Amino acid sequence: MSSAPGAQDVAATETDRTDDVRQGTSFWRYAGRKAGGALVSLAMVVVLGFFAFRILPGDPVLTLTRGKRVDAEQVAALRREFGLDESLWNQFLIYLRNLSHGDLGDSYTFRRPVADLIYDHLGPTLLLTGVSAVLAIALGLWVGQKAAWRRESFFDRASTGTALVLWSVPTFWLGLLLLLIFGGTLQILPTAGMVTTGLDATGIDYVVDVARHLVLPVITMVAVTYAQYVLVMRASLIEEMTSDYLVTARAKGLREDLVRRRHAIPNALLPTVTLVFMHIGGLISGAVTVETVFSWPGLGYLTFQALTGPDLPLLQGTFVVFSFIVIVMNFIADLLYRVLDPRVRAA
Amino acid sequence: MTTQRTEAPGSPAPGSPRSAAKPPHSARSVANARRRQRLVEVWTEFRKSPSGLFGLIFLIIVILLAILAPVIADRSLLDVTQIDNAANEPPSMQNPLGTDPSGRSVLVMLLWGSRVSLMVGVAATAMSMVIGTVVGMAAGHFGGLGGALLMRVVDFFLVLPSLVLAIVLSSVLQRGVWTIVIAIGITSWAGTARVVRSQTLTIESRSYIERSLALGAGHRHIIGRHVLPAVMPLVMANTTLTVGAAIIAESTLSFLGLGDTTQTSWGSMLKLSMDSGAATGGYWWFVLPPGLAIVVVVLAFTLVGRAFESVINPTLRGR
Repeated sequence: MSSAPGAQDVAATETDRTDDVRQGTSFWRYAGRKAGGALVSLAMVVVLGFFAFRILPGDPVLTLTRGKRVDAEQVAALRREFGLDESLWNQFLIYLRNLSHGDLGDSYTFRRPVADLIYDHLGPTLLLTGVSAVLAIALGLWVGQKAAWRRESFFDRASTGTALVLWSVPTFWLGLLLLLIFGGTLQILPTAGMVTTGLDATGIDYVVDVARHLVLPVITMVAVTYAQYVLVMRASLIEEMTSDYLVTARAKGLREDLVRRRHAIPNALLPTVTLVFMHIGGLISGAVTVETVFSWPGLGYLTFQALTGPDLPLLQGTFVVFSFIVIVMNFIADLLYRVLDPRVRAA
Repeated sequence: MTTQRTEAPGSPAPGSPRSAAKPPHSARSVANARRRQRLVEVWTEFRKSPSGLFGLIFLIIVILLAILAPVIADRSLLDVTQIDNAANEPPSMQNPLGTDPSGRSVLVMLLWGSRVSLMVGVAATAMSMVIGTVVGMAAGHFGGLGGALLMRVVDFFLVLPSLVLAIVLSSVLQRGVWTIVIAIGITSWAGTARVVRSQTLTIESRSYIERSLALGAGHRHIIGRHVLPAVMPLVMANTTLTVGAAIIAESTLSFLGLGDTTQTSWGSMLKLSMDSGAATGGYWWFVLPPGLAIVVVVLAFTLVGRAFESVINPTLRGR
């Protein structure tokens, strides 16, 4: 275990996996159990998504009208509008029924269905987090394995040091710094939005325009998430490097970089691949601030707008959707580990 | 303590000069001596890590500055109505780090902000550690259906994007510093719980627990005397690492406007710098310092935590 944020996850999932080996469960039983766990989590999100906004101290309508002058009649009208005049139990049933139709209620500030708003903002978030994740993973794993292989070298010290510093950087501050550099002085890259307003570009011009808008938010997200991959990959490869099979590989006369590429790295990748999926939650959380800094029209920026409203139905909707995405990704991570790790498969 | 005074063969007679210098070895004094020795060992190992030592010294300085803030700069300097500096003034002799959009000295804000940021970081971590340790030990010790249910809850919190949950919590609760502490504490304990649980299981499979049980020890004795002391070092090392994460979480929540608007923290300074357009306006002296302060303090906590962790778990050395 290193201090990388993912290290605990590795240790945690490892205990799970050894349990499995001992029980010798089949893949489908394993998948079934994990699916059951994911379903329970989803149910907990649905319940939490409802009760967090109602049971906790503070009347949602009063929160909504905080700092505004409203009379009792308006408060009553708002109550009716949000269905808050029903009993709690009835509200919950209505919420469940609506949710099963994909209806997340109506946004207060946008005066539109929350589901529509989320659907509109999903694409930009997937684009931003997807591109950042691919770059961060590729870069992080490459640097991490190189650092581990040349342990204690200058490269190792420099890259581990950089990773530790980057891990200590608040994502949004890095964004602000880029804004400072590119927004104020240089002005060679756009610092807000996803497309240039007024520019009705199509085809290749549109792609180029979006790509230019992508550069700064992507750099911000990559810089911060890349660090954890460096640290995890490094720790994981160092663990593999003490294994006997590497001695065997060398003994049969394999060149050093073949030993590394054919034998050590594939094995060290196993825990890392799972972590990638587990960290999608963190990546999405990072998107909240990065999208806010660069006004990127994604789910994160939508969450920020819901916060400043405050728009409780919208906030509840984004919470449920964020959590759904993360739980599903974790489920995939669990299955993937089982498929990838022969030790678990053989059991 | 009294039973073994004179009866024990070879022990010095009461009142003799030797007994004053060497007190009788009671169970407590032996335990204390062992604890002291262990502390010395930990310190000797810790001292070997230059980066850990550097982090520790730095942290001590920052904590001293935060405590002494009222002595160094009066609080009234943060009151917009009582100052007459120009807004967004670049660094000068009078204001070494310039001024913010309402004319307050950035240096003074930074100093006072350290109090809130450090306090939230430490308090949230303490809360997270207590919840994590209690839940982890309970799940590990009691096992069965209750333990399994607890672990489901742990898994749930482990999987959920903690920032998003913290946003939800701090937006429905009354705004304030303690809300931020609660939001971070509630969303960050799950990792600790898992580690503590597996450590509890390891400890409880040892034979001295069996011996203890055979002698009639109850749950309280097993957990309090055997499990807790064994998981504590692990939790302590984890604590230093978590403080850094909690400080970042505080700044993120404040940045999103969920913090206490009447209190100056590093996060709320960054929010103000974003809202006032300091970044696009080129007022670098209001963007750089709060962020740098966060980075350096979090890094210091991380360095200390890593050094501490490798002392407690020697297999990590050199990683």
